[in-house]
Amino acid sequence: MTKLNISTYCHLVNHRVYKDGQLIFEKPEAAGLSDFIKSVYRQFKPKYPKFFKMDDISKLGFMAAELLLMDGVHQGFESEEVGIVLENSHATLVTDSSFQESVEDYNNFFPSPSVFVYTLPNIMMGEISIRNKFQGENAFFIFEDFNTEFLSSYIQQLFDADKIKACIGGWINQSATDYEAFIYWASAEEKNAHKLGPEEILQIRADNKR
Amino acid sequence: MVHCIADNIISCLGFNSQENFDALKTGKTGISMINDHDLYHQEFPAARIDADRLEQLTAKIMAKEQYTLLEQLMILSISEALEQTDIDISDNQTAIILSTTKGNIDLLEKKYKGQFKDRDQLWKMGEVIGTYFNNPNVIVLSNACISGVVAIQTARMMIESGQYKHMVVCGGDILTKFVVSGFMSFLSLSPKACKPFDSKRDGLSLGEAAGTIILSSEPSSSKNISIIGGASANDANHISGPSRTGEGSYIAISKALQEARIDSSQINHISAHGTATPYNDEMESIAIERHQMEKVAVNSLKGFWGHTLGAAGVIETIALIWEMKHGLILPTAGFNELGVSKAIRVSNALEEHNIQYGLKMASGFGGCNAALVLFNEDNQSL
Repeated sequence: MTKLNISTYCHLVNHRVYKDGQLIFEKPEAAGLSDFIKSVYRQFKPKYPKFFKMDDISKLGFMAAELLLMDGVHQGFESEEVGIVLENSHATLVTDSSFQESVEDYNNFFPSPSVFVYTLPNIMMGEISIRNKFQGENAFFIFEDFNTEFLSSYIQQLFDADKIKACIGGWINQSATDYEAFIYWASAEEKNAHKLGPEEILQIRADNKR
Repeated sequence: MVHCIADNIISCLGFNSQENFDALKTGKTGISMINDHDLYHQEFPAARIDADRLEQLTAKIMAKEQYTLLEQLMILSISEALEQTDIDISDNQTAIILSTTKGNIDLLEKKYKGQFKDRDQLWKMGEVIGTYFNNPNVIVLSNACISGVVAIQTARMMIESGQYKHMVVCGGDILTKFVVSGFMSFLSLSPKACKPFDSKRDGLSLGEAAGTIILSSEPSSSKNISIIGGASANDANHISGPSRTGEGSYIAISKALQEARIDSSQINHISAHGTATPYNDEMESIAIERHQMEKVAVNSLKGFWGHTLGAAGVIETIALIWEMKHGLILPTAGFNELGVSKAIRVSNALEEHNIQYGLKMASGFGGCNAALVLFNEDNQSL
């Protein structure tokens, strides 16, 4: 079992935001992801107007990364040294469905290129990369549930092959009825980091969800 | 070392790698005008798989009505590649990795409502294909147009680390109303068959395909090509347009070469992404020039197959493997006169050429780029 050096993690679930296990924001009355994620933006004020043109799952991934990096854990790494490897179960199906509605009927045909571009799950990695100038490895995998064992092993292999020195890893998902972002910062060399195995990562996630 | 021991391509040009390679050698495009209101309300050029022949072939090995079009293609492609080996795909030393951008996205259409429950989710599609082959070790990768190249690199890593002995990499995407309308709205489709790297290029052509490469830690008995390096990198510049400096592509190539422990001067041939959009081809020419490879023969196969999205990286790597095995460089269909700012060498006719090291490039939406380095094990005399 691969144990990664994880220096910080962030979890957005059930209209709550946890950073390193601490509840740092909640908005229980939020109507859904769209409403919740905008209130997270207003609370933490990243001052990044491009946020508002993103689809909801990219907004979720973007804000999760903003909160993950708020203490500057990524400082001191070169652009090429930082990778992003993510997983989810629904790819971009919520955005896909709204795009499909716009092309279903030729008598009511209104496909928008600005929606179409968000119908790929790796677009959120592009948004996070642009914001932080991260130019290392990218990969997006689709599993039924958060496969921490696969992800930890994949990231460790990128470290071992000297491809990258640090990586954002995690699960960012949106379904028709729910959403969740759980991401962490892993580094090849220990820097005040916890050694966390795949099961411990799942345990932290489960504790916050309770 | 990770060896490429078997492969298959199902595309507009044929149902196995040999048929495809023979057609590629002729230099003739497989793109034609399509008039199908299920895909688009106007005629448009695209590269389509022969539906009648597909039906005959699928009927032989599966209960066709239980599988979506993409699942049929992937199962057929994997089955044909497997026949070339004695691997038992259901054993626990073998895993399957699927590469797709949109999977069964056609299931969102009203006409499929209530059918193929949950199969619009890519993991579910993976599960269905895994069940067919009696192998639960299925990984699905969806990373825009670099998916196929990253899937091959992922498979390579998993063999190198000893997790599996064999990896079956299958990439596929089909023509759908979703994808055609999306690229149309982006104004990125050419009105005719696309012209990679050409001065008159004006956009891409779409295609559909499935392709399979079987990688193994054990060499095959015949000619061996191995994957010796691979990497991905992000431009960190724009979500729908490539970097003007080719930054991400440059980094991906650097890291792939580094892993392969070779220098860019040792590359004998480059299979580019070459979508034939003005920006993509220009960007690739810059990345190639920055690595001082402007004298190396470059081709793009998008003028034959169209852009097959999640299949592209897989089928284009298979073509590169065949080029290396046969000592041939394929022409670039649609290319006539160089139309990028860097004086790269785009091949426009079939030529004989020994290839010891080949480079595969890919780029996609989200600013992603990837590269693979292939090595010809039987050609050490160069």
